[in-house]
Amino acid sequence: MDSHSQIEVNENSPQFPDPIRSSSTRSILSKASGGHSLREVNFSELGLKPVRHGSRGAESEGFNASYKEIHDDDARLIYINDPEKTNEKFEFAGNSIRTGKYSVLTFLPRNLFEQFHRVAYIYFLVIAVLNQLPQLAVFGRGASIMPLAFVLLVTAVKDAYEDFRRHRSDKIENSRLAWVLVDEKFQQVRWKDIRVGEIIRVCADETLPCDMVLLSTSDSTGVAYVQTTNLDGESNLKTRYAKQETQMKNVENEKISGLIKCEKPNRNIYGFQANLDVDGKHISLGPSNIILRGCELKNTEWTVGVAVFAGRETKAMLNNSGAPSKRSRLETSMNREIIFLSIFLCALCTIVSVLHGIWLRHHKDELDLMQFYRKKDYSKGDEENYKYYGWGMEVFFVFLMSVIVFQIMIPISLYISMELVRVGQAFLMIRDNMMYDEASSSRFQCRALNINEDLGQIKYVFSDKTGTLTENKMEFQCASIGGIDYSSGNGGVEDGQIRILDRGGAQVFRPKMKVKVDPELLNTSKRKHTSEGRHVHDFFLALAACNTIVPLTVETPDPVVKLIDYQGESPDEQALVYAAAAYGFMLVERTSGHIVIDVQGERQRFNVLGLHEFDSDRKRMSVILGCPDKAIKVFVKGADTSMFSVIDRSQNLNVLKATETHIQTYSSKGLRTLVVGVRELSSSEFEQWQSSYEVASTALMGRASLLRKVANNVEHHLGILGASAIEDKLQQGVPEAIDSLRTAGIKVWVLTGDKQETAISIGYSSKLLTSKMTQIVINNNSLESCRKSLIEALVVSKKLADAPSGVSGNCRCQLGLIIDGTSLVYILDSELEEQLFELASKCDVVLCCRVAPLQKAGIVALIKSRTDDMTLAIGDGANDVSMIQMADVVGIGISGQEGRQAVMASDFAMGQFKFLVPLLLVHGHWNYNRMSYMILYNFYRNAVFVLILFWYVLFTSYTLTTAITDWSSVLYSVLYTSVPTIIVGVLDKDLSRTSLLKHPQLYGAGQRQESYNGKLFWVTMLDTLWQSVAAFFVPFLAYWGSSVDGSSLGDLWTLGVVVMVNIHLAMDVTRWYWMTHAAIWGSIIATFLCVIAIDMLPFLPGYWAIFHIVKTELFWVCLSLITIGALLPRFAVKVFVQYFGHNDIQIAREAEKFGNSRRNSQTQIEMHQIFDLPQR
Amino acid sequence: MSSDDVSSLPSKKVSRKPIYSRFTQQELPACKPILTPALVIGILICLAIIFIPIGLLALSASENVVEVVDRYDDACIPSTNQKVGFIKDPATNKTCIRSLTVPKKMRKPIYVYYQLDNFYQNHRRYVKSRSDRQLWSPKSESSTNLCDPEGQTGDGKPIVPCGLIAWSLFNDTYALSKNDAALQINKKDIAWRSDRTHKFGPNVYPKNFQNGPLIGGGKLDENIPLSQQEDLMVWMRTAALPTFRKLYGKIETDLEANERITVTIQNNYNTYSFNGKKKLVISTATWIGGKNDFIGRMYMAIGGTSLVLAVIFSLLYVFKPRPLGDPSYLSWNKNPQ
Repeated sequence: MDSHSQIEVNENSPQFPDPIRSSSTRSILSKASGGHSLREVNFSELGLKPVRHGSRGAESEGFNASYKEIHDDDARLIYINDPEKTNEKFEFAGNSIRTGKYSVLTFLPRNLFEQFHRVAYIYFLVIAVLNQLPQLAVFGRGASIMPLAFVLLVTAVKDAYEDFRRHRSDKIENSRLAWVLVDEKFQQVRWKDIRVGEIIRVCADETLPCDMVLLSTSDSTGVAYVQTTNLDGESNLKTRYAKQETQMKNVENEKISGLIKCEKPNRNIYGFQANLDVDGKHISLGPSNIILRGCELKNTEWTVGVAVFAGRETKAMLNNSGAPSKRSRLETSMNREIIFLSIFLCALCTIVSVLHGIWLRHHKDELDLMQFYRKKDYSKGDEENYKYYGWGMEVFFVFLMSVIVFQIMIPISLYISMELVRVGQAFLMIRDNMMYDEASSSRFQCRALNINEDLGQIKYVFSDKTGTLTENKMEFQCASIGGIDYSSGNGGVEDGQIRILDRGGAQVFRPKMKVKVDPELLNTSKRKHTSEGRHVHDFFLALAACNTIVPLTVETPDPVVKLIDYQGESPDEQALVYAAAAYGFMLVERTSGHIVIDVQGERQRFNVLGLHEFDSDRKRMSVILGCPDKAIKVFVKGADTSMFSVIDRSQNLNVLKATETHIQTYSSKGLRTLVVGVRELSSSEFEQWQSSYEVASTALMGRASLLRKVANNVEHHLGILGASAIEDKLQQGVPEAIDSLRTAGIKVWVLTGDKQETAISIGYSSKLLTSKMTQIVINNNSLESCRKSLIEALVVSKKLADAPSGVSGNCRCQLGLIIDGTSLVYILDSELEEQLFELASKCDVVLCCRVAPLQKAGIVALIKSRTDDMTLAIGDGANDVSMIQMADVVGIGISGQEGRQAVMASDFAMGQFKFLVPLLLVHGHWNYNRMSYMILYNFYRNAVFVLILFWYVLFTSYTLTTAITDWSSVLYSVLYTSVPTIIVGVLDKDLSRTSLLKHPQLYGAGQRQESYNGKLFWVTMLDTLWQSVAAFFVPFLAYWGSSVDGSSLGDLWTLGVVVMVNIHLAMDVTRWYWMTHAAIWGSIIATFLCVIAIDMLPFLPGYWAIFHIVKTELFWVCLSLITIGALLPRFAVKVFVQYFGHNDIQIAREAEKFGNSRRNSQTQIEMHQIFDLPQR
Repeated sequence: MSSDDVSSLPSKKVSRKPIYSRFTQQELPACKPILTPALVIGILICLAIIFIPIGLLALSASENVVEVVDRYDDACIPSTNQKVGFIKDPATNKTCIRSLTVPKKMRKPIYVYYQLDNFYQNHRRYVKSRSDRQLWSPKSESSTNLCDPEGQTGDGKPIVPCGLIAWSLFNDTYALSKNDAALQINKKDIAWRSDRTHKFGPNVYPKNFQNGPLIGGGKLDENIPLSQQEDLMVWMRTAALPTFRKLYGKIETDLEANERITVTIQNNYNTYSFNGKKKLVISTATWIGGKNDFIGRMYMAIGGTSLVLAVIFSLLYVFKPRPLGDPSYLSWNKNPQ
């Protein structure tokens, strides 16, 4: 079903090329779509075609269109209050959950199976198995299996512990109690015993044990409020409804029976589709009639429902999947070098086996008698070959044996170290106080663990505007009502926040949030008899009524005063309702059937006859109200473009024109505007609407599109009421953050659904656009005009680029591109893409306005598919999900007001936009440098060891003998040298936080891939070659022709190479913490201890060898000669490069250390230049 | 009421702000060494100061070693065509007399070594072919599975000591005489003490040794426990490299310059089948072992290089100075030309 709907989405999405960002309302329906597109992208291939990535609002339609009917085969039949019958035919899952993966019996096989999914482990395993063949037994059995066994054991213990905890929490979860209707009475039953079809009662603040369809609630209108924090992290209350048909019933007294036919279990937590047959009535159920497991019931005394999905079939359980996994750029390029290393490995093995072949040929006749070969076995009487399988086989075996001996050339342990280092880095990022958001008390979150280092190489940042750059705390600013602008006198009298309203007795209601009130407008609203007053009255009535806000009364310490808290999913709606309340139109009560509005002290009840929720196709919502005076009115609220097309232009043209100009003014101030319209329905019209509405809302197929059609039929010929303007304030520190990012050479693109004027004004206030910039604006309505303006823009940009920079000194003119969604429709996916890319890459700033979610992803894809540059997308809403998923490098979600869908789709989540600066410039930089160095160092570390083994093999007649003991070979990468690289990988800092923040340009090192690239790899390999030569040949020549035995010399080599690689690391450490000291010197000491321990085992040939060799001076002389001789060239080159390479990082590091003393000297002036550096 | 909780939630909620610690903020105290010119030149000069004297000491030590090397494998065999046949024939007389001259005064202790060239004691087939357990404990007599093809006799009895290494025990003998007076070679304590006390068992006696159809080398006295068979112990400390010396014995008297020493060699050991060389070495020893100029030269080379580098860097620092940490060198502060 998932794939089905996805296809539909793909077909449908181009139909609405110009949907703007949901500027106002966010309803359940639109939620659903966002949620679904998230899932889709997870499962579909991340192709580069932007069309593939679901669109907002399309899902429900696609879903319905493909959902012809709930066939009996596809449906779940649930007999209400009859679990036996329900479970008779289909064995539905019980409600006991098992998140634990293993049982005692299955643990070993399953865990091993899962662990061997990693290629690295397979490599380990193949090598270990090869080594078990008697012909190839290079290492002892124990030594060859140990590393693999060690890793497997550690992972298994970790898994077992986690699983144990899961089992424990399962047990707790399963034995929680719930009230279930058994024998006409509610009885307490353990959660795991709940069956599908049973009737369950949930009381306030209890958690739902399973997914259940609401039958009735304590509220007479059937409303229940739930909090879905456990499910999607959103903390605002959501409303769910019981159907009126079942609401009336008292399940304890009258036996209720019915049949629910619903869809198969799926993961979509924002969608549900079912029919309910009760008392011969056919009722359709939607997502607002179901409460999911894990939700908490709030503000509702009790609800009664019937379990439809239980246990592992609940949506919450089906959604229990891990975070998206991505692979970092560094790791990808590292794999290229791994291939080189494999080629080296093969080359080494080939050399050894060929030379061995030649040696065998050369000594063919001598092999029988040679004391150290003894080809023949004479002991059995007959002469037979002893372990000699013919020349060809011998060569082949030597090849395989050399693979075993040289196996660590491929640094398998690197993958494990990298994971550990990333965990450490993530820990430090999460704990960073600079990225902690006080306001929402949210820490930084690392959702993807394996792309930390990508944060250091970002070149493009794609940012959403609302909620990302801005706070998404909407504030009603001004309005244009009936063609009159009420923003002039906006001195901001802080009045009206105490709207005390007497009602009946001594109760006083007061809106929770204070709103600035325009006194002129306030006065006008009170003059009901004037036409202006009527306009204002209708306007605010529309604002108070046309929404999905739920008013909640909150007690205050003062028993008389009650606060009204408006809960809703759209901050815009909240702002508008608060504004209406401030002007005397207070929404007091909402049920599914009616609303109560306190109109300037007089409570009026309006029947809600119908509600057309917001969707991104219509871009408006409407509500049909039966007013107290029996008139039926439809109030519509929506984005200006969509509203002006449904407003009756034959009347009040002047008002219309005036409103249009006002909207222009508002949006140029950066305000978000909404247009409100109204129309009175005649009774015939209403009846016609009502019948079609009923048909549509109970339709099984294409319900969403039918509803849309119904809505479109009623939303026309509206009379204009006015327009509201809401301010969305910039978040703290955004201009500075954008400035830093741009100085760091990161291109910041803002993609917003707002109007061009709004976008530009936000651009200015966030310092994205500056007055020095040349702006190129592209907003066209056809392919041809787009082509023309693109070509023109390219000419302009060329001219600017060619213009001698001398005019304005050292800074060339900057270019800002502003492009709107309509133009993008024509440009994206056509041959113009190339030109747009060319133009955009020349521009310093790109601002896309009026873009649909899909187009956001398209723009990211535009850059991603054409360059190697890293892209980062940051957004907070459901409409940013596709963009975040597309920027496969890094997606960042802002945990803000608009729910958590962006966070759930993202790799990192944080509280505010400005945290991007420490995240990228500081942590990104550190992580990238640490990880790059660690990879190179690990390559070196393993290769140098392999080469030493290789040199020795050349002097053993190519027979893969190792002077270094088996155990030391194995422990080398596991123990002797692994800890320091991990510690350094987590802790080392090339520069301090202050320097990195002071000079954002330092970030460029990551963008230019300075710390890890092909050249560095080859230089490292050259160094490796030299060091291996030094480490091998110093002892070799010092002991040539002496009476030294193999074990002693092997110990010298072991210690020599370990000391050498650790000192090598020590040379490159920039910051010595006590932990660094402990790790590096501790490793050397540990190695000595291990070598001593190994040589104390009397059954090994090397018994006591270390004690004999350390007594000789020659040993120590050799050891220091190895270390110094191997590292001297590196030291010299390092000094030379640091001193004459003029590397920015090096200079900044020096400045950090010597900056204080220098500041007193004459360089002070130059230091100042950095701060006043003109933007370029 | 629950709505009450909702309103007071933000104030009651415990702050999730990470607890401040210098570790999590990555602000631990740290030493940040920077390679300043002074430090670099200091390090290099230090290296030179340490390495050059050690190099000189090592060279002089090597110079002081007096070493007499005599290759006798070719000389001690009569006809050049039948080398292998000669050496394998137990009947032939293999006594061979060589005469050596002491070039310089040799002070005691003087070490007598045999040196084999081109003998791969580190060959994989060879090094693995031993049983360390069997050497120590009589109980493990039959653990010979690694020793093949010299693990068991044809009729299945375990060979003690088993394996190719023991089987190929070197068995040339040297008798030294000076001016017709025998020069005593002390063969005691030539093996490691650890081998005598913990590796070769006092209760383990050679059994079925060298009884096979192919004789690899020396035989062992079956009445002497392994813990006293020091030649075997020396031999079984397999050499690291294909050219190696093994200690034969020690001379406990000084030898004067130009003294002639006559060596009576029993030339039993077969190196002719693989063109191995046999040499007799009489040498004194110093702290760097035997005669070896390599260490001294390398130390001189490293010390010299450090000195040269120090000079080069000083010159560079003088003629192309760059103030450390000068922001005007930052790439974005340089004027693009």
